[in-house]
Amino acid sequence: MAEIVTTAVIEAPPRRFAKTLRALLAQPKVVWGGGFILFLIALALLAPFIAPHDPLAQDLMSGTLPPIGFAEHDVHFILGTDDLGRDVLSRLIYGTRVALTVAFVAAILAAVFGTLLGLLAGYYGGVTDTIVSRLIEIWMAFPPVLLSILVVAIMGSGVTSVIAAIAIIDWTRFARVVRAETMAQAQADYVTAARTLGFSRLAILFREILPNVAPVLLALLTLEMGIAVIVEAILSFVGLSVSSDTPTWGGMIAQGRQIIYQAWWVFAAPLAALFATVLAFNQLGDGLRRALDPVMQR
Amino acid sequence: MSAPLLSISHLVAVSRRDGKPLLRDVSLDIARGEVHGLVGESGAGKSTIAKAILGILPHGISISGGSIALEGEDLLTFDAATLRARLGPAVSLIPQDPLTALNPGRRIEAQLTDGLRLWKGMTAKQARERALQLLEEVQMREPARVMRAYPHELSGGMRQRVLIAAAFALEPKLVIADEPTTALDVTVQKQILRLIRTMQERHGTGVVFVTHDLGVVAQICDRATLLYMGKVMEQGSVRDLLDRPRHAYTKALMEACPRYDQPGRGLAPVPEAVFAACRAEIAAFDRAEAGHA
Repeated sequence: MAEIVTTAVIEAPPRRFAKTLRALLAQPKVVWGGGFILFLIALALLAPFIAPHDPLAQDLMSGTLPPIGFAEHDVHFILGTDDLGRDVLSRLIYGTRVALTVAFVAAILAAVFGTLLGLLAGYYGGVTDTIVSRLIEIWMAFPPVLLSILVVAIMGSGVTSVIAAIAIIDWTRFARVVRAETMAQAQADYVTAARTLGFSRLAILFREILPNVAPVLLALLTLEMGIAVIVEAILSFVGLSVSSDTPTWGGMIAQGRQIIYQAWWVFAAPLAALFATVLAFNQLGDGLRRALDPVMQR
Repeated sequence: MSAPLLSISHLVAVSRRDGKPLLRDVSLDIARGEVHGLVGESGAGKSTIAKAILGILPHGISISGGSIALEGEDLLTFDAATLRARLGPAVSLIPQDPLTALNPGRRIEAQLTDGLRLWKGMTAKQARERALQLLEEVQMREPARVMRAYPHELSGGMRQRVLIAAAFALEPKLVIADEPTTALDVTVQKQILRLIRTMQERHGTGVVFVTHDLGVVAQICDRATLLYMGKVMEQGSVRDLLDRPRHAYTKALMEACPRYDQPGRGLAPVPEAVFAACRAEIAAFDRAEAGHA
């Protein structure tokens, strides 16, 4: 018996991983939310191989063809074409590249920045907390969309500016939640225990408190990715994101809006993609929080 | 008599908000290997003393006089970094609530090996072996399984055993037990008390045992200090304190304590007159202090 137990200790890490994976897969939200995101990542990476057409190839002779299943459709254009005869499906597939780049990079940047400030404010309290809290309040007093347009206007359009704009604006979401959670965790006896053991404040902050804030953080991060996708679409819609020769969902929506009475699908397809993506991110976040919380895990 | 392990003398602590005294001229000595009970009702200042020794007083309380000396070195004169270096390996805490005293997000192994790696410079492997040994020493069943468990997978009694193992892990000179049995049910309480006593005797550790239960004091302590409103009411060996109480408050508390060896006695409420006398004593002390200053 004792030997069995000993072997189990050695094998603990892989078993633990498998257990976590099982807990994740037991959450339907994680499965389909995460599955959809993985599907999008695959689309973005493999776009040149998957897309049936060049997303920029114009064919004025086959403009505004409706999607398959509608009158006068062309089987080569599954989701139809826009007014310049470009394949909507191919543009949609290429559009995932900008959407996902912005979602991941911007959300992670905002999370890193906001979490650091939130941890410091929540744990050190006093003057640090006052400064960070006031900063958050001042920041949140600005209308986010206007602020992002301002940032892009200053930095010039392009993916980098869009990412910067989102990170600069949305760090407050992380800072607020992490600050509150840190304050709650800092009251717990295990933090006192770590203090009496003689760990430095930074060690306590990152080793004891951060792991307990992580489930909330992870949920917030996936939520933020959804928000980042929307903000990117907004900025593309007003023409402040990437140049118009790179297909983006927001750009497609802007373009489709002008011809909505002639070709509604140019407008509807990227909108549906946007909707599904944001929904998937939100569901994934909710599922992850449930699956990874050590107390809820039981 | 050799120098005491811990010597608190004339300790005064006040609330920062309104300057109200929380500890009034508290003095006590703890010898090596002694279990010293700090007894008193809620708000008597037992936990304040414990926290003052550990240097973890909340922001609202400040020490305005006296000294806390560990092996002759006054802890109150140290800066934060020196204090951590001196206290970390030498003084440890068995906290009150085993439910919140373990980090819910880290495995027992990680939490037990933390101190060993920080202060004893052990490698992960050495620390793991030592932690296993410690769990065996606190009579934990299936120590290997417990090592990779998360706190929520353990019962309250098991968690308290883990905390005791952690408290004795560094072979500290002094362990501060802050009501370690209040959150446990009575049958487990007795085992935990016996365990603390065994560990303490084996390692020759001094223990400050904070409690409001005179029964617990009788079971585990060598000497005790009885506090009321932050003032020492009576101090001495447990035998003297329980068999020949001198102070009216001690006597009244003894009457209030249920005694299984003397059925029919005990459970008498502390008479209001005794409280009044205690308060008068404290008011007189405060007046004398004010006159002094």
